[in-house]
Order: sequence, then structure tokens, then C-alpha cells
Amino acid sequence: MKPFSYARATSPAEAAAAVARTPNAKFIAGGTNLLDLMKLQIETPAHLIDVQDLKLDRIEETKDGGLRIGAFVSNSDLASDARVRRDYGVLSRAIVAGASGQLRNKATTAGNLLQRTRCPYFYDTNQACNKRKPGSGCAAIGGFSRQLGIIGTSDACIATYPGDMAVAMRLLDATVETVRPDGAARAIPIADFYKLPGSTPHIETALVPGELITAVTLPKPIGGTHIYHKVRDRASYAFALVSVAAIVQRDGSGRVAVGGIAPKPWRVEAAEAALPQGAAAVTPKLLAGAKPTHDNAFKVTLVERTLAAALIEAKG
Amino acid sequence: MKFDTPAGQNPIDQLKHVGKPIDRIDGKFKTTGTAPYAYERHDVVANPAYGYVVGAAVAKGRISRIDMAAAKAAPGVLTIVTAESAGPLGKGNFNTAKLLGGPEIDHYHQAIALVVAETFEQARAAAALIVIDYARTAGRFDLAKELKGAPLHSEKGKPPVTKIGDFDAAFGTAPVKLDATYTTPDHSHAMMEPHATTAKWDGDKVTLYTSNQMIAWSKGDVAKTLGIPKDNVRLVSPYVGGGFGGKLFIRADVILAALGAKAAGRPVKVTLTRPMMFNNTTHRPATIQRIRIGAGRDGKITAIAHESGSGDLPGGGPETAVSQTRLLYAGANRLTSMRLAVVDLPEGNAMRAPGEAPGLMALEIAMDEMAEKLGMDPIAFRVANDTQVDPEKPERRFSQRQLVQCLEQGADRFGWKQRSAKPAQRRDGQWLVGMGVAAGFRNSMAMKSAARVALDKKGIVTVSTDMTDIGTGTYTIIAQTAAEMMGVDIDKVVVQLGDSDHPVSAGSGGQWGANNSTAGVYAACVKLREAIAQKLGFNSADVTFADGKVRSGNRSFALTEAAGDAGLVAEDAIEYGDLGKTYQQSTFAGHFVEAAVHSLTGEVRIRRMLAVCAAGRILNPKSARSQVIGAMTMGAGAALMEDLAVDTRFGFFVNHDLAGYEVPVHADIPHQEVMFLDEVDPTSSPMKAKGVGELGLCGVGAAIANAIYNASGVRVREYPVTLDKHLAHLPPVA
Repeated sequence: MKPFSYARATSPAEAAAAVARTPNAKFIAGGTNLLDLMKLQIETPAHLIDVQDLKLDRIEETKDGGLRIGAFVSNSDLASDARVRRDYGVLSRAIVAGASGQLRNKATTAGNLLQRTRCPYFYDTNQACNKRKPGSGCAAIGGFSRQLGIIGTSDACIATYPGDMAVAMRLLDATVETVRPDGAARAIPIADFYKLPGSTPHIETALVPGELITAVTLPKPIGGTHIYHKVRDRASYAFALVSVAAIVQRDGSGRVAVGGIAPKPWRVEAAEAALPQGAAAVTPKLLAGAKPTHDNAFKVTLVERTLAAALIEAKG
Repeated sequence: MKFDTPAGQNPIDQLKHVGKPIDRIDGKFKTTGTAPYAYERHDVVANPAYGYVVGAAVAKGRISRIDMAAAKAAPGVLTIVTAESAGPLGKGNFNTAKLLGGPEIDHYHQAIALVVAETFEQARAAAALIVIDYARTAGRFDLAKELKGAPLHSEKGKPPVTKIGDFDAAFGTAPVKLDATYTTPDHSHAMMEPHATTAKWDGDKVTLYTSNQMIAWSKGDVAKTLGIPKDNVRLVSPYVGGGFGGKLFIRADVILAALGAKAAGRPVKVTLTRPMMFNNTTHRPATIQRIRIGAGRDGKITAIAHESGSGDLPGGGPETAVSQTRLLYAGANRLTSMRLAVVDLPEGNAMRAPGEAPGLMALEIAMDEMAEKLGMDPIAFRVANDTQVDPEKPERRFSQRQLVQCLEQGADRFGWKQRSAKPAQRRDGQWLVGMGVAAGFRNSMAMKSAARVALDKKGIVTVSTDMTDIGTGTYTIIAQTAAEMMGVDIDKVVVQLGDSDHPVSAGSGGQWGANNSTAGVYAACVKLREAIAQKLGFNSADVTFADGKVRSGNRSFALTEAAGDAGLVAEDAIEYGDLGKTYQQSTFAGHFVEAAVHSLTGEVRIRRMLAVCAAGRILNPKSARSQVIGAMTMGAGAALMEDLAVDTRFGFFVNHDLAGYEVPVHADIPHQEVMFLDEVDPTSSPMKAKGVGELGLCGVGAAIANAIYNASGVRVREYPVTLDKHLAHLPPVA
């Protein structure tokens, strides 16, 4: 860990401005990911702006019948909120499928959206990694890639977005609300929030430097049966090999998003029309253009089979 | 005390304390945070500086340049130790690679520098400022490739291949046969407490507060590595937060703490960070095992061959995965051998049940496969091939062998009858459910072990030995032994462990710790009883020790009186004759598992596990059970998830943290049961005990793999049995 300075922000706009004007500054909320990365010198901020005093920790109903989740609502509070459990079950289930109780108590909504990949080559500073050190190459390509991406990846990076909550957020068409360093607010549809790596895998989101997430809004509930099926090697406390978030309506129509396979929560709206025909009809469209490695080719099959399991679960 | 004839009746047989499921006497210290571990010795070392280890960034090569200017100038830095600054160092008898590398690099994350600073954070930040250039050289990292043409390994003057009868002829003509290859990956000990040492010099003498299983071995290796007399080295390791074989030997923390403290002129503490442990320290080597079994239609094995290959750094040793196959089943024609390839990965070495753990993972799948080929129940097949004698030397009987009882009683308890002989028959919703069984086997090893026992005027019995408690319950069983022998309550016994100033014990390894260390305490107590009897003018043959008193005929004294103001002290060791040669001393288990496989996703979940163990006298059923359930959990890890992933381009274990190297969590282990069969083994020691700490692991992995096969109908021969290996063969999506 490099020595760093630390300050606490008192308003979102001030926090955003402070990070924008201070060289190599970062926000810290729960710190469940950032502190680990700092200890390993994967992240080396010179200055931290702590945003935990900003009181963005409420869940409120929106005028159009949705929910507005403050950026610093903890994962535990979000997953256990009665409205979330009733109307957005897939979100609650996705959150509790991740991490551990202790981590979920500390992790925040905004921070969780921004958690970084678990690619083991990203985590080892002796190895080449374009995401950690732009231009250094990608040691994961041709290396141990069982956990890594099969779609949306590039010649520069095959890392995945590792989280669960964002997969459900993507399924629910959430919107990320932010404040920019100039004080202007904006709303980013989650479909546009994550960037594919291309030749710049170190750029992971649409956020500009200093831009602070203030809330995530969910549109009004769409009903249906909510499923989050996370597949991993052990029963708990592991990142997904593949996770399937699905909402299935009585007529068999619905939505599906997949975690563990791509640099972002993976959803292809055009593939969803085939849901009534089953997993085998959806998967080729969902995974069109997939480029798995030797180690993770099984994920193609696993997506289809996990979706099939989810559809059976949805029927009850 | 020489133990060379089977034990007769002795005071341990009273079983007033020994054999009782009492709570750990050290439990309250651990649960209240007052048990001092190596990195937290504030109680004895004031104001230590902090050392941070720098590991090599390449697997093989040479440091071409090292620039430490910025690190030396960083805040708080006191000194930096490198191979160059340390001067010539020796290498311990139990180490393969040097603990401080440079300029030559032997493996990834080999320690090459120690930064010592006022705080841990300063040392860590400064360590990142050291600039090192390497001249990388080609290495051998792919075990399967390197095993081609690798030489047969022979143990110290023994022939490299064991042959009994004519395996080739018998296998060639056997009506039913199996020829299959199984692989096990590299495993990490992944114990809770990282390697850690606090070092303090007084003149030319060094005291090392460390976390170590084998004090005397390690004291010798510290002296050898540092080039100082053994008498100038003291190791102290009263509490060990898990070792599993990873702390049998000294590692970089010990030597670097000593060197750092010398260079800084003040005490230094060093711990390995978790991401460094996987490549810096030792691991259980991967194996590629070929097993051939031939049998008659009656189910009797006529030919059995087990050939294993593994790799290690130059000068290292093999994973002895064939050893159990020489003893476990009958069969007239037998063959075992091991090949050892040179690989430039981190150092391979012992991990809990070395040899048997991976060996049985393969052999006990092979037995399951053979049973199916024969149309026999897997238990009946094992029973049909039981042997009460060493199959290679039929004149040697097993001292005790209740494998058949373990399997048959376990079958009743587990409901084995409900298992479908045909796989993939039982469904529970989307899950396919099956049962598996495997035999467990691990030898009982006799090791010299000494102790000192003192009685003071308050009637307190103090036992001192360099024996270690690695979370196993040693403190407690030693207290039980001394209480039994001296006729006092447990709370009158004080146990002092893990200090090289104490008499040399067997140490903790190879599941030999419990039997041997308590037998050493027994020997010392016998001597103390004699000293007490002599002092009181008793004939020691008819003296009894009970209720804090010593009696002979109608004369009786309180122990407090007998001790007098000066107290009494006795020291002795248990030393063994050749009973271990006359008899084959082993422990046995039947492992039973019910597992479910998701018919679509291939996820595997264990539903319940049972171990039935026959392992001599169980000294404390509670701590023994804890050992076995812990071992079963480790077996679940080996079967389902543990796998150090080798990058064969760069030569390192890629998943080197606990997020990447998965071990079981609570949710993986829903239900475990352990049964101990009544057994005493008079040939093992005066304690008539053996060991269970490794037996509990031996065979578990195969029982799980066999249960998965019985559930899914898909046989996986490459551990771990992860879903990607059977997914494509599961029932198609409807």
C-alpha cells in the first residue's frame, strides 16, 4: 500500500469536485474491494475522499412507482428491504448470493457496481495486465482462464465483471444517477454504464473522472417470477462461473441476464423473444460471437443449462 | 523407556481421564484471544520492527539488477536483507530450495529480500519501491510433459519397483481387469495462521517465536542455515494455527526474521502474506497415477499395479502415492513404482497424509470401477480382498485390522442398502443423488518422544516437552495422560509445549503426534512414580496413585507431602524396539458419502458424510472427532475444488489467494458423523493408541467421487471433480 492522504466529503458535488481536482484521487465507500487492491498495490491512489458521511443511504419510492436506492445503502440493507424482496426478488437474491454476511454489511450499492475484476493476472502485479497497467499486455490470454470471459472480451483483455448485484440491476433496467465534478447530475441507463474492454480495458464504466454515483433507480416492478441461479464450485462465498438472472412471466415471456461470462452483466434483449421456446432457443442468440478459451469453453454449455434450470425453477 | 514387547495392563487402562471426551484445556485461551501466536508475542518481545518479504517475480532465472535506493530512503526503513547482505547461508536438511534466493531464482515468489521498518505498512510500502530486473531462463513447468522419460525413483537404497509374483502374466490372463489413469492436482495447505516468526537476538543466541510443528528438526535447520551452533538457537511455538505439514520445516519467515533482527539490531517479526504463501512455501505435489487391477470372476484380486508420477525441484522427492497399495488389499501378483520429474515449480513436500491422501483418491476410485465391472457391491469387493497380513510379507500380521468392520458397520449406519448399484437412478427434483464408499488407510508410525514431568509441593504436575499442538488437542491428551498416571485431576496438570528448551518429542506430523507424545509422557510419569515411591520407601511394584494420593498397602501420603518443598522431577523418553517390524501397524476407516449432482448445471453438493474409524485407543473422543471431521472437510476440498492452477508458460500457481484457491465453506459440509470402533493396540505403545488426524482424510476424496458417479453415471478421473468435467455427459436439456 502506498501512503495516501484522506479526507471526508460533506456533499456529493464537493466530493466529485475534490476527486476531479486532486491528482490520483479516488472515492472510498465501504472499501471492501478498494482496500484489498491498495494493499496489493493494484490500486495506488494518492488521496482518498471518503463519502460515507453523505447520507445517501435511503431507499425511497419514486413518482413512477419504482425505487430510488441511495448510493451508500449497504448490500445487506438493500437485500432485506421489504419492497425489494416483494417487487424485485431477483435483486435481493443476487445480492445474498454474493460475498459473505460481513462483507454485505459493509459493501455499498455504488461500490458494488464498481467492484473490479477477479482475474488472477490482474491481481498479481508481476504479470502483464492491460487493465492494471495499460499497454503491458494480457497474461491471462493463453494462461489459466477457467473463470474468465467468453463474450464481449477483446485481444487486450478477457476479464469478467465479477459481481452479482449488477446482473440483477441490468435485468431490471436500472438507471445509475451521478453528479459530475461541475455539479451537474446525469442518469446513465445501466445498459450503457459498463464499457467493453476493446483496446482500453482500464476504462470500465461511462463515469468521467470525479463523477460520483449518488443513487440507482429501479423502474416500476414488472411482476413475474424472479430467479437468480448462481453456479460456482463451492456452495457459498465464491464468484460465479455462470449466474443467470431471470424474470419469467406466466406466458413464458421474460428477461434474462447472465453474470460471470463477460466484462459486464450480459444481456441481449433480442434473444429474450425466444424465452418461451426454452434455453436452447435463447442461448445461441445470447452468446452469438462468443470466443471462449480452452479453459472456459464449458461456460457456453453451462449458460444454456443454467438458463434451463432457471426456467424450470420459474415454473415452480 | 524401551517399548519392545506388547503392552500389558498399565495405569492408563484405568481410563479415569484418558478416553474421556473432555474439553480442550487450551480452549479458553483461544476463545478469549489470550493464546499467544507467533506474530503477537508482545508479552515477551518489546518494540519489534516489522519485516516484509519480497518474492521473486519470475520462476527461474537470475537477478540481473536490484536497486534499493528508494526503498532504503523510504520512511521508517531500518534495513534491507538480501542474499548479498546476508552472506553465505546453509540450507536446512528439510528444505529443497533455499529460503533466501538470489541472485539465482529457484521458483516463483522465492524470498529474495526482507525490508525491515518501524511499521508493517512502512515495510510493505518500501518493499514495492525495490526495482529488480531479472534475466529469465526457461523452466520445466508441465508435469505431464516432464514425466515422459523421467527416471524411476528409489527410496534410499531400495529397488525402484516393488514386485511380488508376476504382475504382467497375472494381469494378462485375468478375466476382469481395469487399466485407468487418475490425476490429482497440486494442493495448498491453506492453514488459517500464516507462517510467522518473531526473532530476538541476545548476543550470539537467537530466540525464534514461530509457528512450527517439529521443533527439534527446525532448531537444527535454523542452526544449519544460519551457520551457528544448535545451542545458540531456541524455538518457541506454543500455539500453531494449523500446519497440515506446511510447518513441519522452517520457511522463509524464520530465517528472514533472524537475519532481519541481526541486521536491524532489534527484534523483528515477519509473516508471509496470504498471496505469497501459495508459491513461497511448500505444497502437496500433483500426481498422475496409473492403476491396473485384475481379478477372477469370484472378485478376488489376482494382480494389482500402481504407478505414480510426480515432480519436484532438483533434489526434491516424490509424492509417495503408491504406498497404501502395497498393504491395503490381498492379491498374489503386485507391482508399484514411482517416477520423479524435475519441475521448476515451488517446492513440493508433505501435506496431511502425504502419499495416502492422493494415492487413495486414485486407488479407491479404481476399486469402485472394478467392483462395477465384476457386478459386485463395492463393499463386498473390498471385503473379499481383505488381508490380515502384509501382502508382500505374509509372515507379518497387522497388529489390528478392522477394515471389514468399519465398512460393514458403516454400511448399516449409513443406510447403504438404499444405494442403487446402477448409477443415475435416484432423483430429487432436478438433482441426481448417489452414494459412495471408500476405504481409509494410514500407517501408525513409532517415533521416539521425550518429556519431563515435575511434581511440586502444591501437588501440581507440570509436563514439559517440545511437542506441539497444531490445533489437534495435544495439550489436552497430554494432561489426561499425566492425570491418569499421577492420580490427579486434570486441573492439577500444567502442560508446557513447543519450546526447544524442553525434551525432544515426536512432534506433530504423520498422525504420529498423539500416540508417541503421550507415550513419552507416560514414560516420564513412570519414572516420576518410581522416584516418589523410592522417596517414600515404597516398593514401586505395588504403589497406586489416585485421588492426589500415593498408596502402598495401608500406607498413604498426599502427593503434596511426597513432593516436599523441593519437588520431584523426572524425565524419560519412549523408544521403540522392532514391534513395528514384527507387526504392520496401521489405522483403517470406512468413508461413506451421499452426494447430489444437479442434472442440468452439474453442480455437486455433498449431502452427508460418515467416517467409521478403527485406530487404536481413542485418547479423547471429542478432540479425535474434531480431527476426523476436519480431515473429512479437507477431503471434500480435495474432491470438489482444491486445485493450484499451474501457468505452464510462466511457472507459478496462478490462483494464489483464498478467493482463487477455494477450500470448503460451511455450506459445503451439511452433515458429518464419526464413529470410532472399540480398539486397543498393545503393540503401538503403552497408550495402545495410534492416530486419526490423517486417517480422517484418507479415502474421503474417492468416496465423494464415487458418490458423484453413482449419482450421475459420469466417471471423472481427474480431480477435483468440478462441474465442467461432467457437464457435457449429463442428461440433455429437455
